Amino acid sequence: MTIEATDARRMGPLIPALAVPAAAWKERAASDAAIGGHAMRVESLSAWYGNHLAVHDITLDIKPRAVTAIIGPSGCGKSTLVRCLNRMHEVTPGAPRVSGRVLLDRHDIYAPGVDPVQVRRHVGMVFQKPNPFPSMSIYDNVVAGLKLTKAPSKAVLDETVERCLRQAALWDEVKDKLKQSGVSLSGGQQQRLCIARALAMAPRVLLMDEPCSALDPIATYKIEALITELKREYTIAIVTHNMQQASRVSDFTAFLLAADDRIGRLVEYGETAELFTAPKDERTEAYITGRFG
Amino acid sequence: MASPPSRTSSAQTARSAPYNHDNPSDPPDFGTGGTVSLRWGDFLFQTSSVAAAASILVVLAALFVLLVVDSRESLVRYGIAFATSSVWDNVKEQFGALPYIYGTLVTSAVALVLAGPIAVGAALYVAEYAPAWIRTPVSFTIELLAAIPSIIYGLWGFFVLTPVMRTTVEPALQRIFGPIPVVGILFQGAPIGKDLLTGGVILAIMIVPTIMAISREVILAVPPAQREGMLALGATRWESLRHAVLPYARAGIAGAAILGLARALGETMAVTMVIGNSSRAITGSLFTPGYTMASAIANQFTEADTAIYFSAIVEVALVLLLVSIAVNIVARLLVWQIGRGDPAALGGVLV
Repeated sequence: MTIEATDARRMGPLIPALAVPAAAWKERAASDAAIGGHAMRVESLSAWYGNHLAVHDITLDIKPRAVTAIIGPSGCGKSTLVRCLNRMHEVTPGAPRVSGRVLLDRHDIYAPGVDPVQVRRHVGMVFQKPNPFPSMSIYDNVVAGLKLTKAPSKAVLDETVERCLRQAALWDEVKDKLKQSGVSLSGGQQQRLCIARALAMAPRVLLMDEPCSALDPIATYKIEALITELKREYTIAIVTHNMQQASRVSDFTAFLLAADDRIGRLVEYGETAELFTAPKDERTEAYITGRFG
Repeated sequence: MASPPSRTSSAQTARSAPYNHDNPSDPPDFGTGGTVSLRWGDFLFQTSSVAAAASILVVLAALFVLLVVDSRESLVRYGIAFATSSVWDNVKEQFGALPYIYGTLVTSAVALVLAGPIAVGAALYVAEYAPAWIRTPVSFTIELLAAIPSIIYGLWGFFVLTPVMRTTVEPALQRIFGPIPVVGILFQGAPIGKDLLTGGVILAIMIVPTIMAISREVILAVPPAQREGMLALGATRWESLRHAVLPYARAGIAGAAILGLARALGETMAVTMVIGNSSRAITGSLFTPGYTMASAIANQFTEADTAIYFSAIVEVALVLLLVSIAVNIVARLLVWQIGRGDPAALGGVLV
């Protein structure tokens, strides 16, 4: 990351609707220690599809510059939960609805007047299946988001492309074919291209929704190594149904489970090392030891 | 090959105990060559489907041969001049079909330019914006337009569209675009209503449903991951359509436009009633009465009282067939290039 981007982040929110007076900002920064520090805080979040309650009353923190894994069996609502964190839930078909609060650097992204489009510029997302834009070159894929808002100079674009592709550990593989279509790459490379595309927006939080589920073990390994590298600069939340993956890459883990009522609830949240070695809830223990799911 | 139950061996059906792998006296039943009837079925099915496919080629070939044979006299007498001369005079027995070829290409181009944006816009509305209760009736109505016989469009064009074009649309176009250099050439002369422009407009109305219906399916088939990928980068709904959905769908939309174009090239009745039916020489203006190849054939076929006249009319049909095939081939190449997702290659075809 460049120095400018880091500074911009320290300087505070760029979203007008989220802006706070400097004094209040200082005060809040002081209370950071008391909160324990979080990039994102989910408070009593519930999400519906029509009348179906998909996740109920979730409260958890996404710690800064760390990886938070959200695990659980299929249908437990982990994807729904993560899609609430950048307001993508509301573009899902099926009358989506949300209640509760999601604080991004202490500002509720569901507050009245907050533009979901702006939220998504601050909270990036990588999807289950690699989805590069096939009509764009590798180069244009990386800067697709940047070009939406402004017309940066060629030099800025060039710099961004190289920096983000390097961060996504893809530069050496594609530097000689930046003009080729994004879909000419292998599945794992495509997913890293999508990560580079998200990084180009300099997101405060990067969400990953089962980013390796469509990839082979070697490509998965590369993405995991990349996540470990990225967390030094980025805040990451990753959804995975793969417990080994969660234990390998994450610092904190949230375990979600849906009972027979098909409503996803948070069973346990804590440091990964602790949750996997000494779970407090017997359902967590049953899941991580492979007795179900 | 799966065996029908009737040929299962009695040993298998009767067995109740687990299979004994150590008993060599009970070999698996692989059939004894008694599958002749099944192969007959394969043979019959394969033969009939090959015949069906071949018959299409045979019909096309027969059509082509017939047109060549019946237009032989004209082909021999006028040679290449038939397609390059603008004089069509059955009294002097001079036949040059260039104005007809021009009329067909120009009306079809006008139709495509007018219908394309409207059809794609309607398809986007129906696929992306319309609430479910509006989507079905709107789609149904637009597709119904495709089922209306062309003579009805022709009558409507004759009684409604032509007067409106003459009194309102064409004078307005002339006022706005007439003074502009280059573009103004298209709008010179007296607005008479029955001309190439009106022919293009009626064709546009007729091909909108085709282009719209296919474009809608193509847009609906764009994976949600493409939309969401763009939205997640902070795109607005329109930006995600513009930068993710439309580029993904462009090969299919171009294909839809080609099907519309194919219909416009061959359309006869409706155009005949509004195009003015005049063999006069080509001018740059759209306000010129003209002929398309199809309307010329329809109009003059019954008047062809001499052998050479008849032969010339058939040659127009031959040219129409060749032009249609050529346009389709070029358009298909275009779609193929677009479909490869390589913007540079697309430029190569357009240039």
